[in-house]
Amino acid sequence: MAYAAGVDVGSTQTKAVVVDETGAIVGKSLIDTGANVVTAAEQSFLMALNDGHISEEEVGYVVGTGYGRYRVTFGDTQITEISCHARGAVRMFPRTQTVLDMGGQDTKAIRVRPNGEVLDFYMNDKCAAGTGRFLGAAAFALGIPLKDLGETALRGDKPVAISTTCTVFAESEVLSWLGKGKKVEDILLGVHRSIGQRSVSLLRRVGVIEEITFTGGVAKNRAMVEVLNEMLGARINVSGDSHFMGALGAALFALDRVLNARNPVSKEESAA
Amino acid sequence: MQNGDKSMTTGDEASKVIGRGAREGARLFREWFEALTGAPGRGEQTAYVFVMGSLAELLRTFGFHLSFPEINSLQTAVRRVAQDYLNVAEDYGYSPDICGYVKADVGVQLRGGEHPMGRIPKPTLAVLTNACNTYLKWAEIWERMYHMPTFTLDIPGSRSASYRHTPGGRDFERDCKYVEHQVRELISLCEEISGKSFDIDALRERLDHTNQMAAAYSEVLRVNRSRPAPFNALNEGTIYLGVCNALRGDPRGSQYFKDLAQEMAYKAAHRIGTLPEEKYRLTFVGVPCYPIFRRFYELFATWGGVFVTSTYLQFAAGGLDVGFEYDLRRPIEGLAEGLLLGVSYAMDAMFFRERELVEWVKAYHTDGIVYHPIKSCRTVSTGLADKRRAISEMSDVMSLVIESDLVDKRVVSEAQMKNRIDAFFEGLASRKLRTGAGAAA
Repeated sequence: MAYAAGVDVGSTQTKAVVVDETGAIVGKSLIDTGANVVTAAEQSFLMALNDGHISEEEVGYVVGTGYGRYRVTFGDTQITEISCHARGAVRMFPRTQTVLDMGGQDTKAIRVRPNGEVLDFYMNDKCAAGTGRFLGAAAFALGIPLKDLGETALRGDKPVAISTTCTVFAESEVLSWLGKGKKVEDILLGVHRSIGQRSVSLLRRVGVIEEITFTGGVAKNRAMVEVLNEMLGARINVSGDSHFMGALGAALFALDRVLNARNPVSKEESAA
Repeated sequence: MQNGDKSMTTGDEASKVIGRGAREGARLFREWFEALTGAPGRGEQTAYVFVMGSLAELLRTFGFHLSFPEINSLQTAVRRVAQDYLNVAEDYGYSPDICGYVKADVGVQLRGGEHPMGRIPKPTLAVLTNACNTYLKWAEIWERMYHMPTFTLDIPGSRSASYRHTPGGRDFERDCKYVEHQVRELISLCEEISGKSFDIDALRERLDHTNQMAAAYSEVLRVNRSRPAPFNALNEGTIYLGVCNALRGDPRGSQYFKDLAQEMAYKAAHRIGTLPEEKYRLTFVGVPCYPIFRRFYELFATWGGVFVTSTYLQFAAGGLDVGFEYDLRRPIEGLAEGLLLGVSYAMDAMFFRERELVEWVKAYHTDGIVYHPIKSCRTVSTGLADKRRAISEMSDVMSLVIESDLVDKRVVSEAQMKNRIDAFFEGLASRKLRTGAGAAA
């Protein structure tokens, strides 16, 4: 049995996935990226190998993705997370036509073909509004752990209107709502709606065609999923492995290379 | 055979011809700036003009040197000192959101004309059109700074999306009369400022040079349909464009473009491309990203991407791209006609030329279109989304939108830009594999 791996070095977290010849995940890991990107990539990869009880020698190809993809020094090649999230999403939900990936510092709307090929994409502007970082700033201002953000927001019923488009200013706007006596739950729901609105705007630029799959770390936030469902008028797909979708896509591209080396005829799957 | 395999060419001939346009262009441009720097010392006057509707031929008959503030500003970015000038303007009170071209120029003026290419003389006259609203405000700033006259030509346009004034039509002829009248007023002003009488034969001669330049320029653009493309419309094309504006109506300019057309024909005949391996042919829509001019080009070139066409080489070429010929029997009327056509990209409804982009896809065999909206100019950035959607419906060509600026590096995020460009090429590669074009990475 041959294996392939993908390592997704994001701005806040690094993810690694190892797949077998069928493309099934056999090992995975997730760690904070921290200041040393190279070490984070290596550690994450080794942890994924341990998770799957696989030796490094058994891995035929490694693809690096994410902003730190060029720091995956042991990788064989690099592919952008845009292509990787598309590929991973289609693997998880084969009827996917639109992907929303919300990560720490950027949000991407991607239109895909059935084979996972990227047809079109749009990303947030240079600022971090509408990304996970925006949620992080609100959480910090309210002194709430990130993991509790979604559940707290879901208890809100009168969301405030967050008008700023700047992550830095978001913090002061959150505090000003607190000063006006608004409930933390309503403020947080307002923050989620603000991010949701910007994400839906990105999706509309590429065209919202169902099925829609939500990937990235923020997909674990139930309030964000609910807000997007409501705004899109659709049920979006969310996998328990949404966090790993970029790394999974990278691993699948790596698997293409492994299989192509064995059987060079298969070109279709080696896209990107 | 592509670049690097020149066995079919004779060595000496090839080395003389290939790259001549870039070398000579840089030399002529440098000399033009040196002449501009030295103008006040020789007691010669300088007129400030814009690339769209410069009226270079007319102003040169009165002995005016021409200074293009747009070119001066972009040069500060290319030479990586734009931030110094932007800071001067912002320290003075200009908002970060104001056009970077204007602010870089204000910085140059506040520094007494100090510029990385020389010294920009103070103007004795500014000539502009209403092709850009910022032109009008910009000239008002100089007028206040230097108490000199400005002359604004009001150019009519076709704002309807379904109708356009074209030569030979009644509306066009009426517009020509309107512009011609203004040109005659400008002639009187130039006589007054320069102390020289208008010489219609001198104008005729200048226009003749532009006619020759226009014929060669449009031929250069056409030759890039060859595969591989002889030049990259983004970086090499911008050098050519600089000469086209700086030496319009000048014999050196017309000769330069004749030589350039010859170089491109030579390269096309010998299948010598601008890249060692051309994999993807692209169209560029917008104004270049001057703060990282070379790097921007490299982000595409490393994937084998060549810009074979660029809308910049059209709308900033003062009408030369269409191969318009001034009527030398009627120089003033001809000048008015040329002015109308030259600024029509700005004055006519912005969607007129959508169809042209689709035609380029076929004629130039382009694989993708790159849209580059800029923070400095919301006017040229407005409508790109509509255009992109319309073109996507007319053609299945892949496209990419990357936003940055023409001067201000603070709003250029290279890492994000690279990510998007890489993803775009991954998509192109995937598509080529799928469609069996066989040129994928």
